[in-house]
Amino acid sequence: MPRHEFIVVDPDLCIGCEICESVCSFVHEGVFNPLLSRIKRVRIEPIVNIALSCQKCEDPDCVNACPQKALEKDEKTGSIKVNEDKCTGCAFCIRACPFGAISLSTESGIVLICDLCESTEYDEPQCIELCPREAISLKSVDQIGDENRIDAVKRLLSEMLEESK
Amino acid sequence: MTLEGYTQQRVNIHLDTEKIDISTIHEDFCTKWIGGYGFGAKVLWDELKLDIDPFSPDNILVWAIGPYPTTIIPTSSKYGLFAKSPQTGLFGMSISSGSIAQQARRAGHNMIVFYGKAEEPVFIMFDDDDINIIPCKELDLWGKGCWEADEILKEHYNDSRLSVAAIGPAGEKLSRMGCVTNDRNRQAGRTGMGGVMGSKNLKALCFRGTKSVKIAYPKEFYEKAKELIKRSIGTATTKYRENGTPNGLASYNDMGMLANYNFREGYWKDIDILNGQYLNDHYVVKTCGCSQCTIACDHLARVPNDHPDWAGTVASMDIENIYSMGCDCGHSDWPAIMKGIEICDTLGMDGISAGATVAFAMECFEKGIITKKDLGYDLSFGNYKSMIRILEEMGNRSSKIGDILADGSRAAAEKLGGDAMKYSMQVKGLEFPMYEIHGMSSFAVGASVSIRGACHLRNGAYGLDAKGKFDRFGYEKPLERGKAIKKTEDEYCLIDSLIVCKFTRGIYENNQEYCDMYKYVSGYEMTTEQFLNNGEAIHNLAKCFNIREGATKADDYPPERFFTEPPTIGPAKGVTLDKKGYTSILEGYYEARGWTKEGIPTDETLKRLGLDFVIGKLPGGKK
Repeated sequence: MPRHEFIVVDPDLCIGCEICESVCSFVHEGVFNPLLSRIKRVRIEPIVNIALSCQKCEDPDCVNACPQKALEKDEKTGSIKVNEDKCTGCAFCIRACPFGAISLSTESGIVLICDLCESTEYDEPQCIELCPREAISLKSVDQIGDENRIDAVKRLLSEMLEESK
Repeated sequence: MTLEGYTQQRVNIHLDTEKIDISTIHEDFCTKWIGGYGFGAKVLWDELKLDIDPFSPDNILVWAIGPYPTTIIPTSSKYGLFAKSPQTGLFGMSISSGSIAQQARRAGHNMIVFYGKAEEPVFIMFDDDDINIIPCKELDLWGKGCWEADEILKEHYNDSRLSVAAIGPAGEKLSRMGCVTNDRNRQAGRTGMGGVMGSKNLKALCFRGTKSVKIAYPKEFYEKAKELIKRSIGTATTKYRENGTPNGLASYNDMGMLANYNFREGYWKDIDILNGQYLNDHYVVKTCGCSQCTIACDHLARVPNDHPDWAGTVASMDIENIYSMGCDCGHSDWPAIMKGIEICDTLGMDGISAGATVAFAMECFEKGIITKKDLGYDLSFGNYKSMIRILEEMGNRSSKIGDILADGSRAAAEKLGGDAMKYSMQVKGLEFPMYEIHGMSSFAVGASVSIRGACHLRNGAYGLDAKGKFDRFGYEKPLERGKAIKKTEDEYCLIDSLIVCKFTRGIYENNQEYCDMYKYVSGYEMTTEQFLNNGEAIHNLAKCFNIREGATKADDYPPERFFTEPPTIGPAKGVTLDKKGYTSILEGYYEARGWTKEGIPTDETLKRLGLDFVIGKLPGGKK
C-alpha cells in the first residue's frame, strides 16, 4: 500500500510570507485569519523561515492523547479526522503533537488539523497552489528518504559523479 | 452602505490624560481618502495647529492602514505614520511593511491618532479591543535598541508573533531623523516619525489581533488574487526577487545616476564590487518576505565569521542604504555597510538620512569645517571605520559632532555655519535617495516637488529619465513632463493609501484592476476617474498642508551643487542642471496640476477635487 503524503515545506525556499496561512483559513472558513489556519509559519530571526502542518504520523500521538476519542486517522488518506461532535477543545492533542501542527479554533472551539483541503471545494491543497516560492509540496516518507539518500550520495561521491560525466 | 475590509474604527489616544476614545470612521471618509496616506493627510489638515514645534505635545501622530491587511493581496500588510515632520517642518510621512498592519487589522483598528505627551516613557499594547498604556520602567524598555525592545516585548507577552513597532535611542533622544523599526528589518524610516514618538514619550506599539477578516466578494476576489499572485512572481518583479533592490546599483551606475562622494559624482569607480550580483554571490544568506509579500526583496546578508570587527552581523540590504552608507561615503566595503545598516536599524535612525549626513560630514571634514580636533579621529571619504563610529555617536548623541549630526545635514549645517549648507544634499531638509540628478532633468523636478522632501517614492519620475521618455539632459516639453510626473504622483498617492508596495505596481494591468480589487474587498464600486481624482485630492491636500506651514516655490528646488558643479566622470560628466530649464519643467508641472506659477492650487482646482474646505485658508492663494 502506498504511504500517505503530507505537507512538506523547504526552509531554503520559504520566505515566511504567511500566504499559506491566509489562504488556508480562507478556503476552509471563508475568512482571512492566520489563527484559523491549519498550517503555521515559523520564523526564527534572523534567517530561519518554514511552515508546519500535520505530518500524518503512522501512530499519531494526537489520536492517542484524545480523551474523547474525537480524532481518527483516515486509513485511505492518512489525514487525522476531527469528530466535531466529540471534540471538546480540551487541547490534549495540541500538547501531544511534537510539531505544534494542531491549533484550537478561536471561533468554534474545535481543533483544526490539515486535511489537504479535502473538506473544501478545491482538489489540491491551496497553500501549495499559492506559495510564491513553490516551497510547499506533498511528499511521503518514502519519497523524502529517497531524495535525502540521493542528495547524500551526491555530496559523498561528488568526485565519482564528476568523473562519470 | 456597509464596507468590508475597513474596520472603520478610529482610536484617539490622549497620552497626557491616558484617555482613549473610540469612534467610527464614516463610509464616505473611507471611500474618499482610501486609507494610509489619505487618512493621515485629512486628519493633519483638519486638526493640526499651525506653526507648532514638531516635538511639542501639540503635534499629532497618525497611524493608519487601508482596507487590505490580512487579505492575500500581494504586499498588503503595510501601515503609515503621519505627523508634522521634525526634519522638514512640513508634512511628514513614512510607510512600513512587515506584520504590524495585519495584526492591527485583526485587532480591529483602522486609524490610531496620538495626542499630547505621556508623563513618563510608555509603550502601548493593542490586544484586540483591549488597549493598555504601560510605563516602560516595568520592563526597563526605555534606552533599549529597537531589536532588543522587540524581543523583550515578545517574551513579556509570551507571543513569538507579537507585532512590535519601536523606536531606539535615536528617537528617544529626539533625533530629527529618528525612525520606527518593526519586524527587525522594516522601518518607517523617513521624516523623523521616530523622533515624534520619542517626543511623546512613546517607546513602542504592540499589536495582537484575533478577529477574522471578511471581504465583500470572496469568489471574484479569490480568482483575481490568484492571478495577481502569479503575476507578482513574474517578470514585473524579477529584479526585486533575484538580486533585490541592490540590482539597481549597476544599472543606475551605467547611466551615471548612482550618487557618490556626497553627490559630487554619479558614476562609482568600484562598481565591479558594489553591485547586487556581487552582494548575492558573497554575502546574502536568505531572502525574506513581509506578511503577504510574494516578492521578498529583503536580502539578508551576513558578515563572515573571520571578519575582525563585525563577524556575524546580519543586515537587510537595500539599495538606498548601500548608496548612503557605501559609495556616498566613498567606499565599497560590504561588511561596513552591513554594520552601518544594523546600527541604523537598532538605534532607530533613517538609514538614508543617516548615511547621507555622514557623507555631508565627510565633505565638511575635507573642507576643514569639521576637524580632527572636533572629532578625535579622521573622517575622510572612504574611512568606513570612522563612518561606523560616527553613526553610533549620532544614534546615541554621545559626542559633540555626533549630537550635531543626529538631526540631519540641514540642521547640522545651520549649527556648523560657514559654507556647510553648500554640502547639505537635501530638499526641504530631507536627504536625497540614491539618484544622482545632475543628468536627470525630469527627476530633479520630481524629487524636489515631493511633499516630504527629496524622495523617489512620491512619484516615479526617475523612470522618465532612466527609460528615456524625455531627454534627460534637456528641457523640452515641460508641460508634457509635468503631466507625466503628475500621473505617477497621483497613482503613488493611491498606492500609499490602499496601502500596497510600489514593487507590485507592475502587476496591475491598469487602474481598473485596482478598482476591481477595491470593490471585491470593500464592496464599494469606484470608477477609475473617481479613483484617480481621489489620488490627486490626497496629493493636493498634503501640498496645501505644506503651503499653510509656509512652504514656497523656493522649497521645490534642489541644492545649488546640481546647477553649478558637474560630475567629473561617467555619462553625466560635465553636465549640470540648467536653472532656467529646471524652472520651466517645474512650472510645467505646476500647470499640469492646475496650480499657479508659484505652485499654489487654484480655487478651481480645489473645487474640482472636492477640497472646498481648503479655499481661503492658503497664504498667497486666491481668496
